[in-house]
Amino acid sequence: MTAGIAGLLARLHRHEWGRAVASLARAFGDPGLAEEMVQEAYAAALARWPEEGVPDRPAAWLHTVARNRAVDRLRRDRRYTERLAELERDASSTVAEVPSDKELLDDELAMLCACCHPALAMPARVALTLRLVAGLGTAEIARAFLVPEPTMAQRLVRAKRKLRDAGIPIEVPPPERLGERLDGVLAVLYLTFNAGYSSPAAPPAGSADVAREAIRLARLLLRLVPREPEAAGLLALMLLQHARRAARTDATGRLVLLEDQDRSRWDRRAIAEGVALVDQALRHGAGPYRLQAAVAAVHATAATAAGTDWERILALYTELLAVQPSPVVALNRAVAVAMVHGPQAGLAAVDDLAADGRLDGYHLLHAARADLLRRLGRRREAARSYARALGTTTDEAERRFLKERLAEVEERTGRARTRGRGRWGAGYDRVTNPREPLGGCACREDDP
Amino acid sequence: MQYMLLLYGDESGWAAMNEEETAAVFAEYGKLDEFFKSRGSEVQGAELQPTSTATTLRVRDGETLVTDGPFAETKEQLGGYFVVDCASLDEALEVAARIPAAKDGSIEVRPVMQR
Repeated sequence: MTAGIAGLLARLHRHEWGRAVASLARAFGDPGLAEEMVQEAYAAALARWPEEGVPDRPAAWLHTVARNRAVDRLRRDRRYTERLAELERDASSTVAEVPSDKELLDDELAMLCACCHPALAMPARVALTLRLVAGLGTAEIARAFLVPEPTMAQRLVRAKRKLRDAGIPIEVPPPERLGERLDGVLAVLYLTFNAGYSSPAAPPAGSADVAREAIRLARLLLRLVPREPEAAGLLALMLLQHARRAARTDATGRLVLLEDQDRSRWDRRAIAEGVALVDQALRHGAGPYRLQAAVAAVHATAATAAGTDWERILALYTELLAVQPSPVVALNRAVAVAMVHGPQAGLAAVDDLAADGRLDGYHLLHAARADLLRRLGRRREAARSYARALGTTTDEAERRFLKERLAEVEERTGRARTRGRGRWGAGYDRVTNPREPLGGCACREDDP
Repeated sequence: MQYMLLLYGDESGWAAMNEEETAAVFAEYGKLDEFFKSRGSEVQGAELQPTSTATTLRVRDGETLVTDGPFAETKEQLGGYFVVDCASLDEALEVAARIPAAKDGSIEVRPVMQR
Protein backbone atom coordinates (compact mmCIF):
# COMPACT_ATOMS: atom_id res chain seq x y z
CA MET A 1 0.00 0.00 0.00
CA THR A 2 2.68 2.47 1.05
CA ALA A 3 4.79 1.59 -1.99
CA GLY A 4 1.75 2.15 -4.20
CA ILE A 5 1.18 5.53 -2.59
CA ALA A 6 4.81 6.51 -3.03
CA GLY A 7 4.50 5.61 -6.72
CA LEU A 8 1.28 7.58 -7.08
CA LEU A 9 2.87 10.59 -5.39
CA ALA A 10 5.90 10.36 -7.66
CA ARG A 11 3.57 10.42 -10.68
CA LEU A 12 1.56 13.30 -9.26
CA HIS A 13 4.78 15.12 -8.53
CA ARG A 14 5.86 14.81 -12.14
CA HIS A 15 2.62 16.22 -13.52
CA GLU A 16 1.13 18.39 -10.81
CA TRP A 17 3.93 19.83 -8.72
CA GLY A 18 4.88 22.71 -11.00
CA ARG A 19 1.24 23.58 -11.60
CA ALA A 20 0.41 23.69 -7.91
CA VAL A 21 3.44 25.87 -7.18
CA ALA A 22 2.61 28.18 -10.07
CA SER A 23 -1.00 28.55 -9.05
CA LEU A 24 -0.20 29.29 -5.39
CA ALA A 25 2.69 31.56 -6.30
CA ARG A 26 0.34 33.66 -8.38
CA ALA A 27 -2.31 33.75 -5.71
CA PHE A 28 0.05 34.67 -2.90
CA GLY A 29 2.70 36.55 -4.84
CA ASP A 30 5.47 34.51 -3.29
CA PRO A 31 6.98 31.60 -5.24
CA GLY A 32 9.25 30.55 -2.37
CA LEU A 33 6.30 30.22 0.00
CA ALA A 34 4.26 28.37 -2.63
CA GLU A 35 7.08 25.89 -3.18
CA GLU A 36 7.48 25.24 0.53
CA MET A 37 3.76 24.69 1.09
CA VAL A 38 3.38 22.33 -1.86
CA GLN A 39 6.35 20.38 -0.54
CA GLU A 40 4.60 20.13 2.84
CA ALA A 41 1.40 18.97 1.18
CA TYR A 42 3.24 16.07 -0.47
CA ALA A 43 4.81 15.17 2.87
CA ALA A 44 1.37 15.27 4.48
CA ALA A 45 -0.02 12.98 1.77
CA LEU A 46 2.77 10.48 2.33
CA ALA A 47 2.00 10.47 6.05
CA ARG A 48 -1.80 10.42 5.87
CA TRP A 49 -2.87 8.53 2.76
CA PRO A 50 -1.66 5.09 3.97
CA GLU A 51 -3.96 5.51 7.04
CA GLU A 52 -6.84 7.48 5.63
CA GLY A 53 -6.86 6.12 2.11
CA VAL A 54 -6.15 7.96 -1.13
CA PRO A 55 -8.67 10.79 -1.69
CA ASP A 56 -10.91 10.70 -4.78
CA ARG A 57 -9.14 13.62 -6.38
CA PRO A 58 -5.55 13.39 -5.15
CA ALA A 59 -4.28 16.43 -7.07
CA ALA A 60 -7.11 18.59 -5.70
CA TRP A 61 -6.41 17.27 -2.18
CA LEU A 62 -2.74 18.28 -2.46
CA HIS A 63 -3.68 21.66 -3.81
CA THR A 64 -6.15 22.34 -1.00
CA VAL A 65 -3.74 21.28 1.72
CA ALA A 66 -0.97 23.44 0.26
CA ARG A 67 -3.33 26.40 -0.02
CA ASN A 68 -4.59 26.07 3.55
CA ARG A 69 -1.07 25.83 4.88
CA ALA A 70 -0.09 28.91 2.93
CA VAL A 71 -3.00 30.83 4.43
CA ASP A 72 -2.00 29.68 7.94
CA ARG A 73 1.54 30.76 7.34
CA LEU A 74 0.48 34.15 6.06
CA ARG A 75 -1.68 34.71 9.15
CA ARG A 76 1.44 34.38 11.26
CA ASP A 77 3.47 36.80 9.17
CA ARG A 78 2.47 40.45 9.46
CA ARG A 79 4.17 41.29 6.17
CA TYR A 80 1.28 39.56 4.48
CA THR A 81 -1.61 41.08 6.45
CA GLU A 82 -2.54 43.32 3.58
CA ARG A 83 -2.27 40.60 0.97
CA LEU A 84 -4.34 38.23 3.05
CA ALA A 85 -7.10 40.79 3.59
CA GLU A 86 -7.13 41.33 -0.15
CA LEU A 87 -7.45 37.59 -0.78
CA GLU A 88 -10.24 37.21 1.72
CA ARG A 89 -12.15 40.17 0.28
CA ASP A 90 -11.89 38.73 -3.19
CA ALA A 91 -14.14 35.69 -3.04
CA SER A 92 -13.49 34.78 -6.68
CA SER A 93 -9.75 34.64 -6.05
CA THR A 94 -7.94 31.61 -7.44
CA VAL A 95 -7.04 30.52 -3.90
CA ALA A 96 -10.68 30.15 -3.07
CA GLU A 97 -10.97 26.92 -5.02
CA VAL A 98 -9.00 24.34 -6.92
CA PRO A 99 -8.24 25.85 -10.31
CA SER A 100 -9.29 24.25 -13.60
CA ASP A 101 -6.85 22.58 -16.00
CA LYS A 102 -6.89 25.61 -18.27
CA GLU A 103 -6.08 27.89 -15.34
CA LEU A 104 -3.31 25.57 -14.25
CA LEU A 105 -1.76 25.63 -17.72
CA ASP A 106 -1.86 29.43 -17.70
CA ASP A 107 -0.32 29.44 -14.24
CA GLU A 108 2.47 27.14 -15.35
CA LEU A 109 3.28 29.27 -18.38
CA ALA A 110 3.18 32.39 -16.21
CA MET A 111 5.62 30.77 -13.80
CA LEU A 112 7.92 29.78 -16.65
CA CYS A 113 7.93 33.38 -17.92
CA ALA A 114 8.68 34.68 -14.41
CA CYS A 115 11.55 32.21 -13.92
CA CYS A 116 13.01 33.27 -17.27
CA HIS A 117 12.68 37.01 -16.55
CA PRO A 118 15.61 39.07 -17.89
CA ALA A 119 15.98 40.74 -14.47
CA LEU A 120 17.47 37.43 -13.28
CA ALA A 121 20.96 36.25 -14.19
CA MET A 122 20.99 33.35 -16.64
CA PRO A 123 22.21 30.70 -14.16
CA ALA A 124 19.48 31.80 -11.74
CA ARG A 125 16.85 31.52 -14.47
CA VAL A 126 17.82 27.98 -15.33
CA ALA A 127 17.96 26.90 -11.69
CA LEU A 128 14.59 28.51 -10.91
CA THR A 129 12.93 26.91 -13.91
CA LEU A 130 14.16 23.48 -12.87
CA ARG A 131 13.11 23.98 -9.27
CA LEU A 132 9.82 25.86 -9.51
CA VAL A 133 8.46 24.72 -12.86
CA ALA A 134 9.98 21.27 -13.22
CA GLY A 135 10.03 20.45 -9.50
CA LEU A 136 13.53 18.97 -9.49
CA GLY A 137 15.36 18.80 -6.20
CA THR A 138 18.30 21.06 -5.40
CA ALA A 139 20.69 18.09 -5.39
CA GLU A 140 19.62 17.00 -8.86
CA ILE A 141 19.96 20.52 -10.26
CA ALA A 142 23.38 20.91 -8.66
CA ARG A 143 24.53 17.64 -10.25
CA ALA A 144 23.27 18.64 -13.68
CA PHE A 145 25.28 21.87 -13.54
CA LEU A 146 28.34 20.39 -11.86
CA VAL A 147 28.19 22.78 -8.93
CA PRO A 148 28.24 21.83 -5.25
CA GLU A 149 24.80 21.45 -3.71
CA PRO A 150 25.19 24.31 -1.19
CA THR A 151 26.14 26.62 -4.08
CA MET A 152 22.97 25.68 -5.95
CA ALA A 153 20.86 25.95 -2.79
CA GLN A 154 22.16 29.45 -2.19
CA ARG A 155 21.60 30.45 -5.80
CA LEU A 156 18.01 29.27 -5.56
CA VAL A 157 17.36 31.08 -2.30
CA ARG A 158 18.67 34.34 -3.73
CA ALA A 159 16.76 33.95 -6.96
CA LYS A 160 13.48 33.21 -5.18
CA ARG A 161 14.03 36.21 -2.96
CA LYS A 162 14.59 38.44 -5.97
CA LEU A 163 11.54 37.01 -7.69
CA ARG A 164 9.43 38.00 -4.70
CA ASP A 165 11.08 41.20 -3.47
CA ALA A 166 11.71 42.82 -6.85
CA GLY A 167 8.09 42.22 -7.78
CA ILE A 168 8.81 40.13 -10.88
CA PRO A 169 5.29 39.49 -12.18
CA ILE A 170 4.12 35.90 -12.39
CA GLU A 171 2.32 36.34 -15.65
CA VAL A 172 2.64 35.70 -19.35
CA PRO A 173 3.78 39.01 -20.85
CA PRO A 174 1.26 40.80 -23.07
CA PRO A 175 1.53 39.88 -26.79
CA GLU A 176 3.54 42.99 -27.66
CA ARG A 177 6.16 42.07 -25.06
CA LEU A 178 6.14 38.34 -25.60
CA GLY A 179 8.43 38.45 -28.63
CA GLU A 180 11.30 40.16 -26.80
CA ARG A 181 10.96 37.77 -23.85
CA LEU A 182 10.80 34.63 -25.95
CA ASP A 183 14.52 34.46 -26.80
CA GLY A 184 15.37 34.41 -23.12
CA VAL A 185 12.91 31.61 -22.42
CA LEU A 186 14.23 29.54 -25.33
CA ALA A 187 17.81 30.01 -24.11
CA VAL A 188 16.85 28.82 -20.62
CA LEU A 189 15.10 25.75 -21.99
CA TYR A 190 18.04 24.86 -24.21
CA LEU A 191 20.53 25.24 -21.35
CA THR A 192 18.24 23.10 -19.22
CA PHE A 193 18.13 20.46 -21.91
CA ASN A 194 21.89 20.51 -22.34
CA ALA A 195 22.41 20.11 -18.62
CA GLY A 196 20.33 16.97 -18.83
CA TYR A 197 21.91 15.78 -22.05
CA SER A 198 25.24 16.38 -20.42
CA SER A 199 28.54 14.66 -20.68
CA PRO A 200 27.61 11.24 -22.04
CA ALA A 201 30.24 9.04 -20.44
CA ALA A 202 29.01 9.70 -16.94
CA PRO A 203 25.42 10.85 -17.03
CA PRO A 204 24.59 12.24 -13.60
CA ALA A 205 21.77 10.42 -11.86
CA GLY A 206 18.46 11.88 -12.89
CA SER A 207 19.89 13.66 -15.92
CA ALA A 208 17.48 11.97 -18.32
CA ASP A 209 14.65 13.55 -16.35
CA VAL A 210 16.16 17.01 -16.77
CA ALA A 211 16.30 16.58 -20.55
CA ARG A 212 12.80 15.12 -20.64
CA GLU A 213 11.48 17.94 -18.51
CA ALA A 214 13.08 20.49 -20.86
CA ILE A 215 11.25 18.80 -23.74
CA ARG A 216 7.98 18.94 -21.83
CA LEU A 217 8.47 22.66 -21.18
CA ALA A 218 9.35 23.30 -24.83
CA ARG A 219 6.06 21.63 -25.78
CA LEU A 220 4.25 23.76 -23.23
CA LEU A 221 5.87 26.91 -24.62
CA LEU A 222 4.90 25.95 -28.16
CA ARG A 223 1.27 25.87 -27.04
CA LEU A 224 1.68 29.47 -25.94
CA VAL A 225 3.37 30.61 -29.17
CA PRO A 226 2.32 28.07 -31.81
CA ARG A 227 3.27 30.42 -34.64
CA GLU A 228 6.80 31.01 -33.41
CA PRO A 229 9.16 28.98 -35.65
CA GLU A 230 12.09 29.24 -33.25
CA ALA A 231 10.04 27.63 -30.47
CA ALA A 232 9.21 24.79 -32.86
CA GLY A 233 12.88 24.66 -33.91
CA LEU A 234 14.03 24.33 -30.32
CA LEU A 235 11.59 21.51 -29.61
CA ALA A 236 12.74 19.77 -32.80
CA LEU A 237 16.40 20.19 -31.82
CA MET A 238 15.78 18.66 -28.41
CA LEU A 239 13.74 15.75 -29.80
CA LEU A 240 16.34 14.93 -32.43
CA GLN A 241 19.23 14.95 -29.96
CA HIS A 242 17.29 13.11 -27.30
CA ALA A 243 16.31 10.43 -29.83
CA ARG A 244 19.93 9.24 -29.81
CA ARG A 245 20.29 8.98 -26.04
CA ALA A 246 20.09 5.15 -25.83
CA ALA A 247 22.90 4.76 -28.35
CA ARG A 248 25.28 7.37 -26.96
CA THR A 249 26.92 5.17 -24.38
CA ASP A 250 27.85 1.49 -24.36
CA ALA A 251 27.18 -1.03 -21.60
CA THR A 252 30.18 0.23 -19.61
CA GLY A 253 29.05 3.83 -19.83
CA ARG A 254 31.69 4.63 -22.41
CA LEU A 255 31.02 7.27 -25.01
CA VAL A 256 29.97 5.99 -28.44
CA LEU A 257 30.76 8.30 -31.34
CA LEU A 258 27.90 9.31 -33.60
CA GLU A 259 29.32 7.34 -36.51
CA ASP A 260 29.69 4.20 -34.40
CA GLN A 261 26.25 4.34 -32.81
CA ASP A 262 23.79 1.53 -33.35
CA ARG A 263 21.21 3.47 -35.33
CA SER A 264 18.53 0.86 -34.68
CA ARG A 265 18.53 2.10 -31.09
CA TRP A 266 17.58 5.62 -32.08
CA ASP A 267 14.06 6.64 -31.19
CA ARG A 268 12.30 6.71 -34.59
CA ARG A 269 9.13 8.33 -33.30
CA ALA A 270 11.00 11.22 -31.76
CA ILE A 271 13.01 11.62 -34.97
CA ALA A 272 9.85 11.67 -37.10
CA GLU A 273 8.30 14.31 -34.87
CA GLY A 274 11.48 16.40 -34.85
CA VAL A 275 11.94 16.24 -38.60
CA ALA A 276 8.31 17.26 -39.22
CA LEU A 277 8.68 20.21 -36.84
CA VAL A 278 11.91 21.45 -38.37
CA ASP A 279 10.61 21.14 -41.94
CA GLN A 280 7.60 23.22 -40.99
CA ALA A 281 9.71 25.79 -39.11
CA LEU A 282 12.19 26.25 -41.96
CA ARG A 283 9.35 27.28 -44.26
CA HIS A 284 9.20 30.51 -42.25
CA GLY A 285 12.84 31.42 -42.86
CA ALA A 286 16.07 30.79 -40.96
CA GLY A 287 16.79 31.01 -37.24
CA PRO A 288 19.47 29.60 -34.94
CA TYR A 289 17.40 26.81 -33.33
CA ARG A 290 15.76 25.83 -36.60
CA LEU A 291 19.11 25.53 -38.35
CA GLN A 292 20.71 23.52 -35.56
CA ALA A 293 17.67 21.26 -35.60
CA ALA A 294 18.05 20.87 -39.36
CA VAL A 295 21.66 19.70 -38.86
CA ALA A 296 20.48 17.22 -36.23
CA ALA A 297 17.78 16.06 -38.66
CA VAL A 298 20.39 15.32 -41.36
CA HIS A 299 22.28 13.10 -38.91
CA ALA A 300 19.12 11.50 -37.59
CA THR A 301 17.82 10.54 -41.02
CA ALA A 302 21.08 9.21 -42.48
CA ALA A 303 20.83 5.42 -42.80
CA THR A 304 24.54 5.05 -42.11
CA ALA A 305 27.31 7.38 -40.94
CA ALA A 306 28.93 7.16 -44.38
CA GLY A 307 25.62 8.11 -45.98
CA THR A 308 25.45 11.43 -44.07
CA ASP A 309 24.71 14.37 -46.36
CA TRP A 310 27.65 16.55 -45.34
CA GLU A 311 27.07 18.98 -48.16
CA ARG A 312 23.68 19.77 -46.71
CA ILE A 313 25.24 20.13 -43.24
CA LEU A 314 27.89 22.48 -44.60
CA ALA A 315 25.20 24.60 -46.25
CA LEU A 316 23.23 24.71 -42.98
CA TYR A 317 26.27 25.76 -40.94
CA THR A 318 27.08 28.45 -43.51
CA GLU A 319 23.56 29.77 -43.03
CA LEU A 320 23.80 29.44 -39.25
CA LEU A 321 27.06 31.38 -39.23
CA ALA A 322 25.28 34.20 -41.05
CA VAL A 323 22.48 34.46 -38.46
CA GLN A 324 24.67 33.66 -35.45
CA PRO A 325 28.29 34.61 -36.11
CA SER A 326 30.06 32.89 -33.24
CA PRO A 327 33.43 31.13 -33.25
CA VAL A 328 31.81 27.92 -32.04
CA VAL A 329 29.49 27.87 -35.05
CA ALA A 330 32.51 28.60 -37.25
CA LEU A 331 34.30 25.59 -35.74
CA ASN A 332 31.33 23.35 -36.54
CA ARG A 333 31.36 24.71 -40.05
CA ALA A 334 35.09 24.01 -40.41
CA VAL A 335 34.45 20.39 -39.47
CA ALA A 336 31.77 20.18 -42.18
CA VAL A 337 34.23 21.75 -44.65
CA ALA A 338 36.66 18.92 -43.91
CA MET A 339 33.95 16.33 -44.45
CA VAL A 340 33.03 17.78 -47.83
CA HIS A 341 36.35 19.08 -49.17
CA GLY A 342 38.86 16.95 -47.25
CA PRO A 343 41.06 17.42 -44.18
CA GLN A 344 43.39 19.93 -45.84
CA ALA A 345 40.56 22.37 -46.51
CA GLY A 346 39.16 21.69 -43.04
CA LEU A 347 42.51 22.41 -41.44
CA ALA A 348 42.77 25.73 -43.28
CA ALA A 349 39.34 26.70 -41.92
CA VAL A 350 40.27 25.63 -38.37
CA ASP A 351 43.59 27.51 -38.57
CA ASP A 352 41.76 30.68 -39.62
CA LEU A 353 39.67 30.31 -36.50
CA ALA A 354 42.66 29.54 -34.29
CA ALA A 355 44.32 32.74 -35.51
CA ASP A 356 41.33 34.65 -34.18
CA GLY A 357 42.36 33.58 -30.66
CA ARG A 358 38.92 33.59 -29.10
CA LEU A 359 38.77 29.81 -28.96
CA ASP A 360 42.24 29.35 -27.45
CA GLY A 361 40.85 27.88 -24.25
CA TYR A 362 38.28 25.76 -26.07
CA HIS A 363 39.44 22.15 -26.08
CA LEU A 364 37.25 21.17 -29.03
CA LEU A 365 39.16 23.55 -31.30
CA HIS A 366 42.42 21.80 -30.46
CA ALA A 367 40.80 18.38 -30.64
CA ALA A 368 39.35 19.09 -34.09
CA ARG A 369 42.69 20.44 -35.27
CA ALA A 370 44.49 17.40 -33.86
CA ASP A 371 42.14 15.08 -35.64
CA LEU A 372 42.63 16.78 -39.00
CA LEU A 373 46.43 16.70 -38.59
CA ARG A 374 46.22 13.02 -37.70
CA ARG A 375 44.25 12.30 -40.83
CA LEU A 376 46.81 14.22 -42.88
CA GLY A 377 49.53 12.02 -41.40
CA ARG A 378 51.11 14.95 -39.51
CA ARG A 379 51.22 12.97 -36.29
CA ARG A 380 53.76 15.00 -34.31
CA GLU A 381 51.68 18.15 -34.76
CA ALA A 382 48.55 16.13 -34.03
CA ALA A 383 50.08 14.98 -30.74
CA ARG A 384 50.81 18.59 -29.78
CA SER A 385 47.22 19.59 -30.49
CA TYR A 386 45.81 16.65 -28.53
CA ALA A 387 48.01 17.70 -25.63
CA ARG A 388 46.66 21.26 -25.85
CA ALA A 389 43.12 19.92 -25.92
CA LEU A 390 43.88 17.86 -22.81
CA GLY A 391 45.24 20.96 -21.13
CA THR A 392 41.97 22.83 -21.61
CA THR A 393 39.33 20.36 -20.41
CA THR A 394 38.61 18.77 -17.08
CA ASP A 395 35.70 16.63 -18.25
CA GLU A 396 36.65 13.04 -17.49
CA ALA A 397 34.91 11.47 -20.49
CA GLU A 398 36.58 13.87 -22.86
CA ARG A 399 39.96 13.44 -21.21
CA ARG A 400 39.75 9.68 -21.52
CA PHE A 401 38.91 9.97 -25.19
CA LEU A 402 41.69 12.49 -25.87
CA LYS A 403 44.29 10.46 -23.97
CA GLU A 404 43.49 7.41 -26.07
CA ARG A 405 43.89 9.45 -29.21
CA LEU A 406 47.11 10.99 -28.03
CA ALA A 407 48.54 7.55 -27.21
CA GLU A 408 47.46 6.35 -30.63
CA VAL A 409 49.23 9.09 -32.58
CA GLU A 410 52.33 8.85 -30.44
CA GLU A 411 52.50 5.11 -30.91
CA ARG A 412 51.91 5.29 -34.62
CA THR A 413 54.10 8.26 -35.39
CA GLY A 414 55.58 7.74 -38.82
CA ARG A 415 53.20 4.96 -39.77
CA ALA A 416 50.32 5.94 -41.96
CA ARG A 417 47.04 4.48 -40.93
CA THR A 418 43.70 5.43 -42.29
CA ARG A 419 40.52 5.08 -40.44
CA GLY A 420 36.99 5.73 -41.50
CA ARG A 421 35.85 9.17 -42.46
CA GLY A 422 34.48 11.37 -39.83
CA ARG A 423 36.31 10.57 -36.63
CA TRP A 424 35.70 13.91 -35.21
CA GLY A 425 37.21 16.17 -32.64
CA ALA A 426 36.53 14.99 -29.18
CA GLY A 427 34.20 12.63 -30.95
CA TYR A 428 30.81 13.69 -29.79
CA ASP A 429 27.83 13.88 -32.03
CA ARG A 430 28.34 17.60 -32.19
CA VAL A 431 31.44 19.69 -31.73
CA THR A 432 29.87 22.14 -29.34
CA ASN A 433 30.27 22.16 -25.64
CA PRO A 434 27.32 20.23 -24.29
CA ARG A 435 26.69 22.89 -21.66
CA GLU A 436 26.78 25.88 -23.94
CA PRO A 437 24.34 26.90 -26.59
CA LEU A 438 26.06 27.78 -29.83
CA GLY A 439 26.02 31.45 -28.93
CA GLY A 440 28.48 30.66 -26.18
CA CYS A 441 26.44 31.77 -23.21
CA ALA A 442 28.21 29.93 -20.44
CA CYS A 443 26.07 28.33 -17.83
CA ARG A 444 28.78 26.31 -16.21
CA GLU A 445 29.72 29.09 -13.91
CA ASP A 446 31.34 28.93 -10.55
CA ASP A 447 29.66 31.85 -8.90
CA PRO A 448 29.21 31.51 -5.16
CA MET B 1 4.76 48.29 -4.83
CA GLN B 2 7.03 51.31 -4.69
CA TYR B 3 10.13 51.43 -6.81
CA MET B 4 12.97 53.90 -6.67
CA LEU B 5 14.41 54.67 -10.07
CA LEU B 6 17.97 55.90 -9.73
CA LEU B 7 19.30 57.89 -12.66
CA TYR B 8 22.96 57.36 -13.41
CA GLY B 9 24.88 59.17 -16.10
CA ASP B 10 28.08 60.94 -17.00
CA GLU B 11 27.56 64.33 -15.40
CA SER B 12 30.41 65.93 -17.36
CA GLY B 13 28.35 65.39 -20.51
CA TRP B 14 25.49 67.31 -18.95
CA ALA B 15 27.79 70.15 -17.92
CA ALA B 16 29.22 70.40 -21.44
CA MET B 17 25.81 70.93 -23.08
CA ASN B 18 24.96 74.24 -24.68
CA GLU B 19 21.76 76.10 -23.95
CA GLU B 20 19.86 74.61 -26.85
CA GLU B 21 20.77 71.03 -25.89
CA THR B 22 19.87 71.67 -22.28
CA ALA B 23 16.48 73.01 -23.35
CA ALA B 24 15.88 69.89 -25.45
CA VAL B 25 16.58 67.66 -22.44
CA PHE B 26 14.26 69.74 -20.25
CA ALA B 27 11.55 69.39 -22.88
CA GLU B 28 11.95 65.60 -22.71
CA TYR B 29 11.63 65.65 -18.94
CA GLY B 30 8.55 67.80 -19.38
CA LYS B 31 7.01 65.00 -21.43
CA LEU B 32 7.96 62.50 -18.76
CA ASP B 33 6.20 64.69 -16.22
CA GLU B 34 3.04 64.60 -18.33
CA PHE B 35 3.29 60.84 -18.51
CA PHE B 36 3.60 60.66 -14.72
CA LYS B 37 0.51 62.84 -14.37
CA SER B 38 -1.41 60.60 -16.78
CA ARG B 39 -0.63 57.58 -14.58
CA GLY B 40 -2.57 59.11 -11.73
CA SER B 41 -0.44 58.01 -8.79
CA GLU B 42 1.89 60.45 -7.15
CA VAL B 43 5.53 60.48 -8.18
CA GLN B 44 8.32 61.91 -6.07
CA GLY B 45 11.61 62.81 -7.57
CA ALA B 46 14.43 65.26 -7.81
CA GLU B 47 17.44 66.20 -9.82
CA LEU B 48 20.67 66.32 -7.81
CA GLN B 49 23.50 68.83 -7.94
CA PRO B 50 26.70 67.37 -9.44
CA THR B 51 29.01 65.19 -7.36
CA SER B 52 31.46 68.12 -7.08
CA THR B 53 29.02 69.47 -4.47
CA ALA B 54 28.89 66.16 -2.56
CA THR B 55 30.16 65.67 0.95
CA THR B 56 30.58 62.24 2.53
CA LEU B 57 30.27 61.67 6.27
CA ARG B 58 31.17 58.73 8.48
CA VAL B 59 30.92 58.31 12.25
CA ARG B 60 33.60 55.96 13.59
CA ASP B 61 34.07 55.36 17.32
CA GLY B 62 31.97 58.40 18.03
CA GLU B 63 34.11 60.58 15.82
CA THR B 64 32.63 62.30 12.81
CA LEU B 65 34.70 62.22 9.64
CA VAL B 66 33.72 64.50 6.82
CA THR B 67 35.32 64.35 3.39
CA ASP B 68 34.84 66.18 0.14
CA GLY B 69 33.28 64.27 -2.74
CA PRO B 70 30.98 61.34 -3.36
CA PHE B 71 31.16 57.97 -1.59
CA ALA B 72 32.81 56.39 -4.61
CA GLU B 73 34.34 57.83 -7.78
CA THR B 74 32.57 56.11 -10.64
CA LYS B 75 32.20 56.58 -14.37
CA GLU B 76 28.48 57.22 -14.04
CA GLN B 77 27.16 59.31 -11.20
CA LEU B 78 23.81 59.41 -9.46
CA GLY B 79 22.11 62.46 -10.93
CA GLY B 80 18.53 62.14 -9.74
CA TYR B 81 15.76 59.79 -8.73
CA PHE B 82 12.06 59.07 -8.92
CA VAL B 83 9.89 57.04 -6.58
CA VAL B 84 6.92 55.51 -8.40
CA ASP B 85 4.04 53.20 -7.54
CA CYS B 86 3.90 50.20 -9.85
CA ALA B 87 2.06 46.90 -9.85
CA SER B 88 5.15 44.91 -10.80
CA LEU B 89 8.76 45.07 -11.88
CA ASP B 90 7.63 44.98 -15.51
CA GLU B 91 5.60 48.13 -15.01
CA ALA B 92 8.52 49.82 -13.26
CA LEU B 93 10.80 48.84 -16.14
CA GLU B 94 8.36 50.36 -18.61
CA VAL B 95 8.38 53.61 -16.66
CA ALA B 96 12.18 53.52 -16.42
CA ALA B 97 12.47 53.09 -20.18
CA ARG B 98 10.71 56.44 -20.64
CA ILE B 99 13.26 58.38 -18.60
CA PRO B 100 15.52 60.36 -20.96
CA ALA B 101 18.62 59.45 -18.92
CA ALA B 102 18.11 55.80 -19.94
CA LYS B 103 19.29 56.70 -23.42
CA ASP B 104 22.78 57.89 -22.51
CA GLY B 105 23.13 56.64 -18.95
CA SER B 106 21.38 53.92 -17.00
CA ILE B 107 18.47 53.55 -14.62
CA GLU B 108 18.75 51.33 -11.57
CA VAL B 109 15.35 50.02 -10.54
CA ARG B 110 15.09 49.15 -6.84
CA PRO B 111 12.02 48.07 -4.95
CA VAL B 112 11.46 50.10 -1.78
CA MET B 113 11.51 47.95 1.36
CA GLN B 114 8.09 47.43 2.92
CA ARG B 115 8.02 46.84 6.65
